[in-house]
Amino acid sequence: MWKQIADFWHVLRGSIRDLAPIILVIGFFQLVVLRQPIPNLGDLVMGTLLVLLGLTLFVRGLDMGLFPIGESMAFSFARKGSLFWLLLFAFALGFGTTVAEPALIAVANEAASVAADAQIIASSESARGAYALGLRLTVALSVGVAILLGVFRIIKGWPLHYMIMVGYLGVVVMTPLAPKEIIGIAYDSGGVTTSTITVPLVTALGVGLAMSIEGRNPMVDGFGLIAFASLTPIIFVLGYGMLF
Amino acid sequence: METLSLYLDILLGTIRDVLPIAAILFGFQIFVLRRPVPQLKRVLTGFVYVLLGMVLFLQGLEQALFPLGRLMAAQLTDPAFILGDGAVARVLSWTDYGWVYLFGALLGFSTALAEPALIAVAMKAREVSAGSIGVWGLRVAVALGVAVGVMLGTFRIVTGTPLHYYIIAAYIIVIVQTAFAPRIIIPLAYDSGGVTTSTVTVPLVMALGLGLANTVPGSSPLLDGFGMIALACLFPIMAVMTYAQLSEWRARRRHDRETGQD
Repeated sequence: MWKQIADFWHVLRGSIRDLAPIILVIGFFQLVVLRQPIPNLGDLVMGTLLVLLGLTLFVRGLDMGLFPIGESMAFSFARKGSLFWLLLFAFALGFGTTVAEPALIAVANEAASVAADAQIIASSESARGAYALGLRLTVALSVGVAILLGVFRIIKGWPLHYMIMVGYLGVVVMTPLAPKEIIGIAYDSGGVTTSTITVPLVTALGVGLAMSIEGRNPMVDGFGLIAFASLTPIIFVLGYGMLF
Repeated sequence: METLSLYLDILLGTIRDVLPIAAILFGFQIFVLRRPVPQLKRVLTGFVYVLLGMVLFLQGLEQALFPLGRLMAAQLTDPAFILGDGAVARVLSWTDYGWVYLFGALLGFSTALAEPALIAVAMKAREVSAGSIGVWGLRVAVALGVAVGVMLGTFRIVTGTPLHYYIIAAYIIVIVQTAFAPRIIIPLAYDSGGVTTSTVTVPLVMALGLGLANTVPGSSPLLDGFGMIALACLFPIMAVMTYAQLSEWRARRRHDRETGQD
């Protein structure tokens, strides 16, 4: 019991340190630069306490739940030795975690109104809905492909940077060909897809795989899944903009 | 009452977020791998902690930091503030936005430090590198990268230059740096770009971008408000590689000095 409280306190102290800068920045700008009082001070204090508590619980949960399951599944898949199921799992994880991502839904709706304003699609409700859904599925598909490709790379031990550079080249070649309106959204969509719950899971999966396959180094081969997941959406969304 | 329904909304949203992940994990575990999860009770408790943690975290952000951050983004980009009290209305030039650049940089830095996903990756990196990559060092490097990215993003919106010039230039720098950086850091550096931009950073940085695009004459929020996240993703890659190069260089210099004395 005491040990648990001590652990909790240790994580909580870390959370306080993590959040102090953002509070300082907002306080400084509000009071010194803008010279405005802070509205709803009670809400602010309450909210900050909730953020602190939430972050602390999350970090504890990472160590207890997300990291161990990511790793233990990587070990089990390596022992099972079926490439098909591992790649299917990788794809499902990427696709499934992205398709319902709230940040992505927001960006897709935004993109649909941009497309309607630019008269790429009809401005009717149904045309916009279809466009937004298509975009969401495209991004989810791209993240599925990214994790699949990334896992395949870990198994083969290919160097990450050559594959990323090919991706960069794809982005550079596609940018002038894609409609102007989609470029900003495409570039941003790479950043919004990797959510707070997906990242620890995928990282643990990659590192676990690299540890359980002989001749792989967890540092060199285990990381890199997120890098794919933030590059392929750009390419896929640019492609989507060119097709529709 | 209102707070309660907001809680419920966030709780339902988070459950909807976690449900597909849990379904995939346990589905494969039970039907494909066909073996029990080791320490199932502990893992499930961990999942509950993560879920609860995310709900409280998001609720707290929504209640405290996001409204204030959005309000400040709007106030800082307001032409009345940029010109100062009693100034004659005139055409704004890019030098008038000093506070906006500084706010962008500091906002990027501090939100990246508070990003839970980055904490997770830094914990993993320390574990895998047996402590040679510190949690704090990596996170500060990434946060500096995000700061530069967001600041450049605000500058781009103010000057109205095309986004892809910045992206392509950043790609070239990343490629050149990759050739010289220690091999061991490259995958982690590439990962840190995508990791930084999630729960805390995206809403605040987007608010700044959209507010700025509303103020700057001749730019449209829908076309020019985007792009900040993309830059905030690329600069951490450079920052982490630079961090690794600097530590390698320092270690080598110390080594040279020590061997020189013998």
